[in-house]
Amino acid sequence: MATTSVSAPVGSAGSSSGGASGPEGRTRMKPGRWFSELGWRHLVGVVAVVFSAFPLVYVLSASLSENGTLTGSNSLFADVSSVNYAELGDSLFWTWMLNTLVIAVATSVGTVLMGAAAAYAFSRFRFTGRRTGLTSLLIIQMFPQMLAFIAIFLLLLSLGDVVPALGLDSKLALICVYLGGALGVNTFLMYGFFNTVPRELDEAAKLDGATHAQIYWTIILRLVAPILAVVALLSFISTYGEFMIARIVLTSEANWTLAVGLYGWVSSLREANWGLFTAGAVISTLPVLALFLYLQKYIVGGLTAGSVKG
Amino acid sequence: MSAPQITPTDTAVGAPEDSGPPEGPRRERPRRDRDGSHARNYSPGFFAKLALMAVIDALGVYVVWSAWTAESYGILAASAAMLVAANWVYFSKRALPLKYILPGLIFLLAYQIFVVAYTGYIAFTNYGTGHNSTKEQAIEALLVQNERRVEGSESAPLTVVEDGGTLAFAIVTPDGDVEVGSAEQPLTVVDDATVEAGRATEVPGYTVLERGQVLQRQEEVTNLRVPVSDDPEDGSIRTPDAMTGFVYTSTLEYDDAADTMTDTTTGTVYTPNDDGQFEAADGTTLAVGWRVAVGFDNFVTAFSDGRYAQPFVKILAWTFVFAIGSVATTFLLGLFLAITFNDVRMRGRKIYRVLMILPYAIPGFLAALLWSGLLNTRFGFVNEVLLGGAEIPWLTDPVLAKLSVLFVNLWLGFPYMFLICTGALQSLPSDVMEAAKIDGAGRWRTWRSVTLPLLLISTAPLLISSFAFNFNNFTLIYMLTGGGPRFGDASVPLGHTDILISMVYQISGVDGSAPKNFGLASALSIVIFVIVGTISALAFRSTRKFEEIN
Repeated sequence: MATTSVSAPVGSAGSSSGGASGPEGRTRMKPGRWFSELGWRHLVGVVAVVFSAFPLVYVLSASLSENGTLTGSNSLFADVSSVNYAELGDSLFWTWMLNTLVIAVATSVGTVLMGAAAAYAFSRFRFTGRRTGLTSLLIIQMFPQMLAFIAIFLLLLSLGDVVPALGLDSKLALICVYLGGALGVNTFLMYGFFNTVPRELDEAAKLDGATHAQIYWTIILRLVAPILAVVALLSFISTYGEFMIARIVLTSEANWTLAVGLYGWVSSLREANWGLFTAGAVISTLPVLALFLYLQKYIVGGLTAGSVKG
Repeated sequence: MSAPQITPTDTAVGAPEDSGPPEGPRRERPRRDRDGSHARNYSPGFFAKLALMAVIDALGVYVVWSAWTAESYGILAASAAMLVAANWVYFSKRALPLKYILPGLIFLLAYQIFVVAYTGYIAFTNYGTGHNSTKEQAIEALLVQNERRVEGSESAPLTVVEDGGTLAFAIVTPDGDVEVGSAEQPLTVVDDATVEAGRATEVPGYTVLERGQVLQRQEEVTNLRVPVSDDPEDGSIRTPDAMTGFVYTSTLEYDDAADTMTDTTTGTVYTPNDDGQFEAADGTTLAVGWRVAVGFDNFVTAFSDGRYAQPFVKILAWTFVFAIGSVATTFLLGLFLAITFNDVRMRGRKIYRVLMILPYAIPGFLAALLWSGLLNTRFGFVNEVLLGGAEIPWLTDPVLAKLSVLFVNLWLGFPYMFLICTGALQSLPSDVMEAAKIDGAGRWRTWRSVTLPLLLISTAPLLISSFAFNFNNFTLIYMLTGGGPRFGDASVPLGHTDILISMVYQISGVDGSAPKNFGLASALSIVIFVIVGTISALAFRSTRKFEEIN
């Protein structure tokens, strides 16, 4: 996978000058052949990178623009100031950020713990109803929870009369709703991975006197760490950006998540708030981006682990 | 594998407590118990479990108790059942697998299976604006809403007081007693209140509001309605000037025995009808109704009422176009890029890859909002800079808006497809490739007859999930176009780029922008459930995902 000489600036230089540029690689090729074999790939790469990165460059520039309006953000990096970022302090942005992080972290931790435990049970124990259970999970997985948003709203409405912490406008209630989807979505992904851990390991540990709990916590969970990372990450990312249910559940502004809050900024005063929104967007992208780049190899592995089985 | 510990039952007694500590940090999980015999030898894990179960039981009992006082018997039964199940599972010897499944299962039951079933129930009722509650509550609301000041009725000197922010009225009755009540609390006599000049000036437990404070909260004061007693027919006390309280009684009168509502001013008698409303002989109905089961009415409305049926067909078609189009475009672009970069001789692939998958790492809602600005007709970057000041209505023209939605979704989705295609390409078995080469297949032939089929087989399940995801990609639509541009003729707030899920959202009215119609929206949800479920079931069956269970 990894190229041996990443530092060589072949990327843009080589492709922009196209076939004219001489081969710099280990194998010497004629320029024409170089282009038909490799050069066009760089050309495609540059186009793809521009396509995917220009909105991000734009948002960075707009967030640094002093003007703060949509139309005023159109000349890239015309002025650089931190006005918009400073202004975030006067808004509820940081509260939203904290809410979002709390909700997303709690959900992803809960999802991993519950999903992994269920996957362990399905993978390692043989019990009545196991097959039915797995089949039901597969079927449940097909019915997205968000479609039942009306029933969720009404359920929380009545739960709120009993226990306010589980009712509308509570972050805990939102986390619970998200956790409702934990088993359906992730158990299968994990189940497949758990099955790849040889059963002989458990049996050996069992002979040595380990209990099922010890086997689970000290042996299995360590071996399936990559899939745990993937599920945690995917759950974190999807919770971080979830809008529909969060919008319905969290009614007061101080409880909003980033998705609800930033939507409010853009939808109410699209032109005027643009600078504020872009600054918020840059900051709220950072945690996800950092996690993503840091765990990249797991994601690629995890996604394809799910796919290559069929 | 040390020799002395041979049989599991033997070792079970001794070993676990000693080897407990290594798992220290995760100790707090409820499922940390041992099976059967271990639960009875008092290892640290057992006590951890005991402590955790104690906390859970305490919370559970609290919920059960609150449900009892709030008279929510459904919640009472459900929480009691869960509590019993949890205790049985974690203290029984026989429920080993359930110890691991139960926590997730409880959430799954409450927040997924129940809500889906409940959606099914709501779909057959007329739940929504005007039909929000039970019949008793509707009667009460009707009585309250139709209260009028009774001409020539008694008035009483009134003082506005408050108790921790809650406004209340203190009135002096003709007998000289002081009675206090708030919106929630009917009037009750208070002893030891000070009365000066026929007006209460000090009430124990309450603060008397100054004139200025009353003026500040004027609207609140004039809207406050203090019930005279628990019976809504006795009416309430209200005040127009914060000085004098008048008795308001309802112009409607409910007759319990005959189950009819009578308007005392006109003498019209209203009887309950099948739609959950009080209806007079001439067909007029009272504004507040209650929930009733309406059978398949909502489904009939969705498919035959002109206001919904036509948009529904258009939106259904567009939903399919959008979902299939998104999967196809992202897959093709992702595949093309994966092939392009699947050459080990190419340098800098890592950098290209990182830069290219950036859109995938951006939260979807941000991307949609960002593009809604970029594609803005008058001020957007695309029109003003890239196209030199053109005014192309990217998001407001029906056709262009659809193309824009697909384009933005392509931007968002191609990195994912690129990643999975790359993964699939790299895990293709090399022996098959070699075999093809030996058999004399050319590059194109190998690609078409070997690579592509293998690739499709391994990515098919992900393509199906991607389809299902986009079928319900609410965030993108809602944030990018809001469903707009609106249909010209529709009286309901639907538009050309609305997909089924956003249509359901608009019709439900949960965000307060339209009258609530939970019944119809739930019926449409059920339709989507059926569509998505059928497609996924067929697709998964054909990819033999079901076989994996064995």
